Order: sequence, then C-alpha cells, then structure tokens
Amino acid sequence: MKILVCISNVPDTTTKITFNSNNTEFNQSGVQFILNPYDELALSRAIELTEGGNGSVTVINVGMADTEPTIRKALAIGADDAIRVNATPMNSFFVASQIAAIAKEGQYDLILTGRESIDYNGAQTGAMLAEMLDMPSISIIKKLEVSGNTATVAREIEGGKEMITVDFPFLATVAEGVAEPKIPNMRGIMSARTKPLQVVEPIAVASLSNITSFEMPAARSAVKLIATDNVSALIDALHSEAKVI
Amino acid sequence: MNVLVYLENIEGKFKKSTYEVVSYAAAIAKQTGGTLTAVSIGNVAESTLAEIGKYGATKILNIQQDTLNSFVNQAYASLIAKAANSVNATVVVLSNTFTGKGLAPRVAVKLNASLVDGALELPTFDGANMTVKRGAFSGKAFANVNLTSAIKVITLSPNAYQINDLGTSASIEAFSETANANDFKTIVKEIIRASDKISLPDAELVVSGGRGLKGPENWGMIEELASLLGAATGCSKPVSDSGWRPHEEHVGQTGIAVAPNLYIAIGISGAIQHLAGVSSSKVIVVINKDPEAPFFKVADYGIVGDAFEVVPQLIEAVKALKAQA
Repeated sequence: MKILVCISNVPDTTTKITFNSNNTEFNQSGVQFILNPYDELALSRAIELTEGGNGSVTVINVGMADTEPTIRKALAIGADDAIRVNATPMNSFFVASQIAAIAKEGQYDLILTGRESIDYNGAQTGAMLAEMLDMPSISIIKKLEVSGNTATVAREIEGGKEMITVDFPFLATVAEGVAEPKIPNMRGIMSARTKPLQVVEPIAVASLSNITSFEMPAARSAVKLIATDNVSALIDALHSEAKVI
Repeated sequence: MNVLVYLENIEGKFKKSTYEVVSYAAAIAKQTGGTLTAVSIGNVAESTLAEIGKYGATKILNIQQDTLNSFVNQAYASLIAKAANSVNATVVVLSNTFTGKGLAPRVAVKLNASLVDGALELPTFDGANMTVKRGAFSGKAFANVNLTSAIKVITLSPNAYQINDLGTSASIEAFSETANANDFKTIVKEIIRASDKISLPDAELVVSGGRGLKGPENWGMIEELASLLGAATGCSKPVSDSGWRPHEEHVGQTGIAVAPNLYIAIGISGAIQHLAGVSSSKVIVVINKDPEAPFFKVADYGIVGDAFEVVPQLIEAVKALKAQA
C-alpha cells in the first residue's frame, strides 16, 4: 500500500496570534511552528497501516525551506520519504493544485490530509485535491480500517457517524479518533536526517482568492460574578438579562 | 448575481442550519439583484421542500433518484455543480456542516470557483469581487477573504445568520441530470445517530465539563443540566484524551469549534486552545473554584465555586424557571 500524507506547518497551538502591517500579515516573530495536529493523526494512522513492510508512507508539504524541521519531524515519526514543493502556500486551491500535479504521477492507493490546518482552517485542500485527481473523498473521518483492497471508514456527521466502505484509491481527511499521535523515538530522529527529501519547484496556478486583512475578536466586558449562595441569580440573569434561555 | 443554495437534509428533514443558509443566500441574491434557486438531493417530501420558498428561494430543483438516497460526496458535488450551471449561478452557498465541508471544495473545483469556508457575515462587494469574513487561527482571529474568480462558493457557519421568513413561495421542478457512474464509489453501510443527543457543532446551548469534574462518573449532573436546558454536552481536551468523554465532544482548537448563544464551562480552566474553540459564543458562563482561572477573563458571567455544590443548585434553579413558564 502506497500512502501519501499531506502535511502543513502551523503555529503551535499555544501561540498568541498577532498581526503586522496594518493587520494584513500574520506576525511570525517568536512563533514556534509544528506539524499540524490533524496531519499528525493522519500520518500516525498511515504508519500503522504500513507497519511490517506493508507499504510506504510519503509526506508532502507545500512550503519554503523553513518548513523542513516539520518535514524532518514527520520523517522521524516514521514516514519513509518526503517531498517539498518549494513555494509559499498562497491558499488551499494553490496547495491542492501543487499536490495534485505530483500525486498524479505517484499512483498512491490512499491520500490522507488533516481535516483542516489550525492556522487558516480552510478545510479545503483535501477534497479539492481529490476532485482534481477524480478520486472519491471522505471528509472528516474518525476511524479507518483496511481489509485487502477495501477500507471501512467512519465519517463524522452531526450527532453521530456514517459507516462507509470504499475501495482504493481514495482520499480522506482525518479528525481525532483515527489514531493516537505517534511520538518519534531516538532511532526515528537519527534516521530522519538521512531519509530522502525531494524538493520540487511549483507549477503556475491562477489566484482565485486572497486574505485582505485580519481582525481580532472584540473584547468582552468584565465578567459579572455571582455569589455561590445566590446561584439561582445566574439562571435569572441568563433568562431575563442575556435572554439566552 | 444568481445564487444557488444547497439544501442539506437529514433523513428527509431540514435542520435549522438549512433554513439559515437559505436566508443568507436570499440576502446575497437581494444584495446583487439576482434570483435564488435551491437544490435538494435525496428523498425529501414536496411539502417539506415547499417550506423553503418562505425564505426567499424562487425555484427549487428537486433531485430524487434511488441511487442518491444516502450521501455520496462525489455524486452530490457533481449534481450541485450541474445545478449551478443550469441557472447560471455565480454564487453557490452551502452549510458549513460536516457534509458541506466535504462537498464545497469539490463543487468549487468543478466550477473553477474560489471557496470561502465558514462565512460569518454577509459578503461585501467591489464590482464582481466579493469579500467575506470568516474565522482564522481556530477562532483566535478573523480573516477577510477577497474572492476574485467569476464563480464563488461559500459555506455558512451554523448560528451565524438569522432565519428570515419572507412569506414568499417557490416553484418545485424535478431536475433530471444524473451523476457519472464513476461518482458512486463510496457506499454508506450504516448511519449511527444518538437520537436523544443534541448535536454539538450547531447547538444553540452547550454545557461543557473539564478536569474539575474529577472523573467520568460525575458527568450525570452535566448531562442533567444540559438535558433540562436543551443543550449539547461538550468537554475539554484533557477530558476526551483521558477517555472520560468521546472525542466528538472535544471543544477547542483541535476539536470542534462552537458558536452557541450560551456556553457554560464547568471545571474548565480555559487554556488558549480551548478558548479558541468558544470565542464565537454569544454568552459565556464559567464555573470554576479557582478565581484565577483564565476562563473568567473571557466570561460574561461567572461563579467562583465548587462545581459539585454549584451545579446541583443550577439544576434546581432551571427546574424552578421551567415550572414558572
């Protein structure tokens, strides 16, 4: 089984977000970047599925050279090789187009992405890529089991789940539940330095959208504290003042 | 601009998010002097479809085929794109539900369209270009996205737009286009839905518990309070990571982002990753015994106290309120 996992380099979850240049640009100064947590789950499941010589896992990232520590982390976790498309990821359509150009040649049985990246949260790249490859896609899965040439997948739906079967090849976007994140061991970290990382130049892609500015959420007014001997006052306030119950 | 809206149904019924997206799409059609067409796929009764007319759709394309009774992402996306082309739609709107998130990117690629996921407000226009506000950095900020392609696809966040009954009506037409045989490779074997639970992502009220509750055996009072209020239950990441609650209840940056009218956080200290997932809530209530808990800084109402003493009293107060009503 040949698996491609699309990975993204994102600010650590604890990052306090600020912007530069009149709120048009994310301020990266002092920000620690990590492997997107959903992509980490996708990668972890891919490694489990190929354990014992049962296939290979390639990771692909669209990013400049500064994303290489994250790519090496993915190799340390257990990916066999990596591809970096040498471009700034402009938006999801751009990223999906770059990956499609490479995946077309790769004959992958399974393509996995995280359900979204935790920076721009586009939640678009996976299903766009599948459409470009004319491949079935299942978005936001929480379980992935394989038997022969067929996979059984649980897709999250409002208030429950849908159990779906699909033959390879297909693409799925991954949410929590698919796997526990794998932690690289010392051997993985050592071998990651020498695993193949191929750098590919991007193809030209038309720009369809761009972010013009960012905003921060409005500050809330100070909390109204209610005493523990007067708890029913909270319910009264929610009913008569805030009018939410 | 002509607008097409996709009507997502669950077992033949429309949910609140579907009415919201129709009202939103109708407002865009009105903003731009176009008409609104709706498209429904699957087994929905005509009387249910006719209801959609009240919210501003002038025409409803009804696609009922035996092969489309359960959801097939690729086939549904093909048909939505075909419907968009048939009415020369330049804006296509879907709900930002789990299903909508799977469909919209495929529809956008088919139409050479740009896509904005999780719109929070009506777009603004500059000629044929459109700017839409959406969340970014998992709720820590917002981004204004400018869409410059000829066709634009938007998914609307649940609870972001008011349903408006305009008292209008729509004609219903059978739409006879079919998807390709190649589009039916995913097969739904089973749908498992907890019928007694309120779905978290689009809930209007959420009661959420954290590590302060000390163990899964103490969730009875959380569920009782939620059930009395008609609220969904949520939890913090440590709680779902410890297996006290299922992953689908995890609210936060790497779980579910919610935007309810009321979010009640009980025994959750308020890590930045959790706060990101609740920042769009209209009213936040925090109950925590630690007065220094960061969650109080973003709360509208707070009680500094022990959950095991406060929550039973809240339950009694809600019962008393309901008895008055």
